[in-house]
Amino acid sequence: MLPPERDPIAPAAPEAVTIIVDGIPVSGVAGQSVAGVMLAAGRLAWRTTAAARRPRGVFCGIGVCFDCLVEVNGARDVRACQRIARDGDVVAFQDETLPGGAA
Amino acid sequence: MTRVAVVGAGPAGLAAASAALRAGAEVTLLDAAAATGGQYWRHLPPSRPAAREARLHQGWRDFTMLSRAVARHPRATVIAGAQVWAVEPCAFGDRAPTLQYAVGDADGSDRDVRTLSPDALVLATGAHDLTLPFPGWDLPGVFTGGAAQALAKSERVAVGERVVVAGAGPFLLPVAASLLSAGAEVAGVFEASPAGTLAAGWASGAASVAAMPHKLGELAGYVVGQLRGRVPYRAGAGVIAAHGIDRVEAVTVAALDADWRPIPGTERVIACDAVAVSHGFTPRLELAIAAGCALADDFDKLNPAGLDGLDPAHFDGLNPAGLDRLNPAEPAAPRPWSRFVAVDDDQRTSVPRVFAAGEVTGIAGADAALREGGLAGWLAAGGDPGDRRVAAARRRIARYRGFARALDAAHGIRPGWTDWLTRETTVCRCEELSYGRLTDVLEATGSRSIRALKLATRAGLGPCQGRICGRTVESIAAARNGAPLDGVVIDRRPIAAPIRFSELARLPHPEERHEP
Ligand SMILES: Cc1cc2nc3c(=O)[nH]c(=O)nc-3n(C[C@H](O)[C@H](O)[C@H](O)COP(=O)(O)OP(=O)(O)OC[C@H]3O[C@@H](n4cnc5c(N)ncnc54)[C@H](O)[C@@H]3O)c2cc1C
Ligand code: FES
Repeated sequence: MLPPERDPIAPAAPEAVTIIVDGIPVSGVAGQSVAGVMLAAGRLAWRTTAAARRPRGVFCGIGVCFDCLVEVNGARDVRACQRIARDGDVVAFQDETLPGGAA
Repeated sequence: MTRVAVVGAGPAGLAAASAALRAGAEVTLLDAAAATGGQYWRHLPPSRPAAREARLHQGWRDFTMLSRAVARHPRATVIAGAQVWAVEPCAFGDRAPTLQYAVGDADGSDRDVRTLSPDALVLATGAHDLTLPFPGWDLPGVFTGGAAQALAKSERVAVGERVVVAGAGPFLLPVAASLLSAGAEVAGVFEASPAGTLAAGWASGAASVAAMPHKLGELAGYVVGQLRGRVPYRAGAGVIAAHGIDRVEAVTVAALDADWRPIPGTERVIACDAVAVSHGFTPRLELAIAAGCALADDFDKLNPAGLDGLDPAHFDGLNPAGLDRLNPAEPAAPRPWSRFVAVDDDQRTSVPRVFAAGEVTGIAGADAALREGGLAGWLAAGGDPGDRRVAAARRRIARYRGFARALDAAHGIRPGWTDWLTRETTVCRCEELSYGRLTDVLEATGSRSIRALKLATRAGLGPCQGRICGRTVESIAAARNGAPLDGVVIDRRPIAAPIRFSELARLPHPEERHEP
């Protein structure tokens, strides 16, 4: 993310939030989505598809494709691009491999 | 007092709410997003206001004026984070359909579930990107143009350091501009339609386009002001593959002919760490279909004088047969790319008391959405149809329809795009269905039933419910086996958004539902 002093639209000083992503604390800015926090921290993919076991992350960014699903505070299938990050949120990755599937 | 509900707080919905308030109604404005503004006016959250936010937007003043006026109005209730997940048509026809919605954290498990039965309803649910599949489009680092735009505008996150922008339509330019403003390098903007198509398309709508200096000025402003000298722009070229193991590392760009067929020998590999691709927009039709609104798949039928001639009772919401009714000569080639909610000159749908405005009724940009919303809101609230502003709005909207037609002629999807697919290319991202498997099933069954195709291939049955692949699958099926015959509309989604069992259990009892 662009530091505010270099940003042409001059945003106010950010207020930090920290979420726990797969056990590791990751810092973001208040008001960001869970996906935005992870992307800004350099993480591009977090879900594994059921059949081909391929990595997925954000695709549409506006809540329509469901590629960005994560578990937040124990609830599965949360669209990371739609959920606003709260300090202390615990984010876990979803592996959709079916029992008995290719693994 | 008339109670008007508006779903969607983008340009169309905000204008509808404001006009309905002016006409004296009590207004409830619902939007699933955390803030009002829709896709067009996405902005930093209130906790992080930007001193020069206006730089990222066209018409930012319109937004601040509209949103303040609505938010502060004593007769208005604005609810952000309100996901409408179902619409139930009114059994007796004396009221607008009932809305089921959940308020709280997106996809949370303890949202507040509510219902609303308004006297009139304005659907302003907008559109999302339409991105055609290409080899490698399921790699992390491939985004829709809208994703790049949304992350840059509402979070100041650039999706990559060196980004390729591709697809079709004027929308590619603001995507490139906001990527630059968020600190990314844009390796190039590739517009699929060749210069000849662009010129002929825009000329076809010359009269309506000339009447809109503002719109053209906006485009020119982007190209000249922000992008020129910094970003290479090429017409008649597209990203035909993305490469990488676990993330995108490069793309292949090729020249495209007038039918969007890649021209052999013109391929070139460009290194990048992200791609933003949009070939147009798909309207969000599910609420309108659930309400029983007729659809139209052709610009000339989008605004049919003959809507009155349709029997609204026919649209029972089970099979929104609006397509056949509006187009009795079916099956002609369907135009899945241009299927919208049908409205008359007053933005009325085929269902009494239900209006639609903005990109659910056609893709003509934010200015058109504002006008349509204003007209819909005013009339939904019972405003005087003889008001001189009504006649003026109708005239403006007719011109925007010309603009929409020119936009489609210049940038609309051409059939040659399937030539860049390989048998291995993923078509349905959720169910990981390949193009090879889809065409094998089409060939083996000769099927012209969308329902049978979905069951046989699982296309469109995953979590996105065919939002991303639906129209692509429909158009591939129609090109191979002829127009579908079963009348199944792929945009039908009775449950418009996921709702958890724990929340369903808390739904109010039916007798408590007709809350004031
Ligand atoms: C991601 C994205 C970014 C865009 N950025 C630009 C841009 O920068 N410049 C430009 O010229 N054009 C842009 N466009 C095109 C843009 O869509 C239109 O010009 C304009 O926003 C259309 O206005 P609208 O009011 O019809 O719909 P929208 O602005 O799309 O508003 C529709 C609203 O309805 C809400 N909604 C939909 N379904 C539900 C539901 N079930 N429950 C509750 N709420 C719901 C959505 O959350 C959304 O806020 C963008 C499009 C997309 C998809
Ligand atoms: S990225 Fe598409 S739903 Fe989140």
